[in-house]
Amino acid sequence: MKKIIIAIALVVSVMNSGMAQKIKGSDTVLPLAQKEAEVFMKKNSGNKITVTGGGSGVGIAALVDKTTDIAMSSRKMKLSEKMKVSEGGANSVEIIIAQDALAVIVNPSNKVSQLTREQLEAIYTGKISNWKEVGGDDMPIVLYGRESSSGTYDFFKEHVLANKNYTSKMLNMPATGAIVQSVSQTKGAIGYVGFAYIENNVKALKVSYNSGKTFVEPSVVSAKNKTYPIVRPLYFYYLTSTAKIVKPFVDFILSAEGQKIVASEGYIELK
Amino acid sequence: MKKIFEKIAEGILFLSSTVTTITVLLIIFFLFKEGVGLFGKSPTEDGFTVAVNKNNPVSELSAEQIKNIFDQNITNWKDVSGKNDSILVFRMDDIFNFFTEEQLAGVDTNMNLLASKIDEVIHNNPNIIAFISSKNLPSTPSSKIVTIEKINFKDFFTGNEWFPTAQPVAQFGIYPLIMGTLWVSFLAILIALPFGLATAIYMAEIASPQIRNILKPVIELLAGIPSVVYGFFGLIVIVPLVEKMFDLPVGETGFAGSIVLAIMALPTIITVAEDSIKNTPRILKEASLALGASQWQTIWRVVIPYASSGITAAVILGIGRAIGETMAVLMVTGNAAVIPHTIMQPMRTIPATIAAELGESAKGSLHYDALFALACILFIITLIVNLSVEMISKKRTKNKLR
Repeated sequence: MKKIIIAIALVVSVMNSGMAQKIKGSDTVLPLAQKEAEVFMKKNSGNKITVTGGGSGVGIAALVDKTTDIAMSSRKMKLSEKMKVSEGGANSVEIIIAQDALAVIVNPSNKVSQLTREQLEAIYTGKISNWKEVGGDDMPIVLYGRESSSGTYDFFKEHVLANKNYTSKMLNMPATGAIVQSVSQTKGAIGYVGFAYIENNVKALKVSYNSGKTFVEPSVVSAKNKTYPIVRPLYFYYLTSTAKIVKPFVDFILSAEGQKIVASEGYIELK
Repeated sequence: MKKIFEKIAEGILFLSSTVTTITVLLIIFFLFKEGVGLFGKSPTEDGFTVAVNKNNPVSELSAEQIKNIFDQNITNWKDVSGKNDSILVFRMDDIFNFFTEEQLAGVDTNMNLLASKIDEVIHNNPNIIAFISSKNLPSTPSSKIVTIEKINFKDFFTGNEWFPTAQPVAQFGIYPLIMGTLWVSFLAILIALPFGLATAIYMAEIASPQIRNILKPVIELLAGIPSVVYGFFGLIVIVPLVEKMFDLPVGETGFAGSIVLAIMALPTIITVAEDSIKNTPRILKEASLALGASQWQTIWRVVIPYASSGITAAVILGIGRAIGETMAVLMVTGNAAVIPHTIMQPMRTIPATIAAELGESAKGSLHYDALFALACILFIITLIVNLSVEMISKKRTKNKLR
């Protein structure tokens, strides 16, 4: 009897391992991947997908150790990480599954409605500390940002601050929702959040990446046609050796239905 | 039969106390083992180095200088006792700006090729400072590795910048965090003390039994509310209130945190202080009243002096509660790691830092070790607080005997 049970368990586990897949990585991609997996599993019963967060770096490290099938990442794989993958004799495949855009938000009572990248850099590195220096009222700028563990923190640092460190004066908020809440109730506040979080009680700024020649309003349209600059692709990475297992799910996300979920979850579709 | 039963019961009691003690000791051992690991390590990430051209006279830099160079606050080598030449900052991924895609074909698999390309860049730019991997790359002949000061106790305690994930060098200065913790906790006690003491005296001496029966459960309820609820209440109600009342640019301040913590410390203070006030012997009170003293005079001259050591213990226990509190503080103090000059500015406390950052720091990394070192410091602070409670309550028993 016992032997039969063990045999059955073995067979089941072998069968499962063919279809089960683990996804690990960025917390930015996490809600999207979870939703996609939920719908995918409902349509294809028998497939089991486990999605866990931990950060982009954690996901890629797990891919190197082969403890995950797909690594989600909100940034491109670094050269050093690629080297680690190839050291283990494997090759990784990079797929862009969606786009995410960050908006710079201020309190609705603020006169300032546009900033250049250079001004944003000066504000977030602490070189500009009063709104009157960028055409606003005479009041101190209150900086809001995320905790250092967040992928958004890194993305904004790389993309807007040109890899310089934030000033220590920045208020580190534990969640994006808290940034919106604080900016809405603080007059001199500035913060950065994903598009999905923009609400009526905050004002999203127009941003210029060509030293003030053109300012672009943050919107799904401007993010999609690449005129809005603070956009990042969201990646899936997997190894060529496991491509067969993960392909159906990746194809599902890239399909029209999968991309519809991308839009409904507040991210930017690919096309 | 009875004897055997007693022996068994004794054994169980002994065993459980031993297990508890060992667990506590193991936790402390674990804490310090991980925390001490930080010191003596290089502040760059494992497997990475900072290198300059071998003709560059600079061969040693402090962590702070490197951070300022990579933040482009220092842009000339003469500021760090080198030649008068501008500094060129180079990160590994910048290699794509120096060569075309074709020239770099295959670099991510061929380490020797990558190393020779990086070497070429370093060779051609005598003013370069490069942040490169040393683990997988063969050494590059034109470069010289910069010696970076190891993390030491002095910089850890007196450094005033906390950038645990900065690259190429992390900054672990915990002075602003310690100051933030102390400022917030002690102001919280200053606020909570008068309210707590007044309530305790009222409940123990003045209130009628009916009122007391209502008040006591309400205050105990206060202790049962989860701290995240206090934090949310603070963020939505107290933060905007503080901002308006004091006309501040930002409401998330140490002061808002102190108010929330004061509310949270109240139940502890009230319960312990009330107990010690009620412990005043009836003889003393009646003697005082018999001498013609009013009730107020009795409370002020007899009850409070008698209960003073118990009240002090209540205060210190309240401080302990405030210092260790995490969630509520994380949500209302703004968490900016700056050295506080007034209580009306954002602050970052030690527990909030650990809670916010531990989840995502890789095990064994510098950041992880630094957070454990912070935990050790928090442990030592609360240990000191608890030992002083012990000493004060010992004094109390002596007083009674006299």
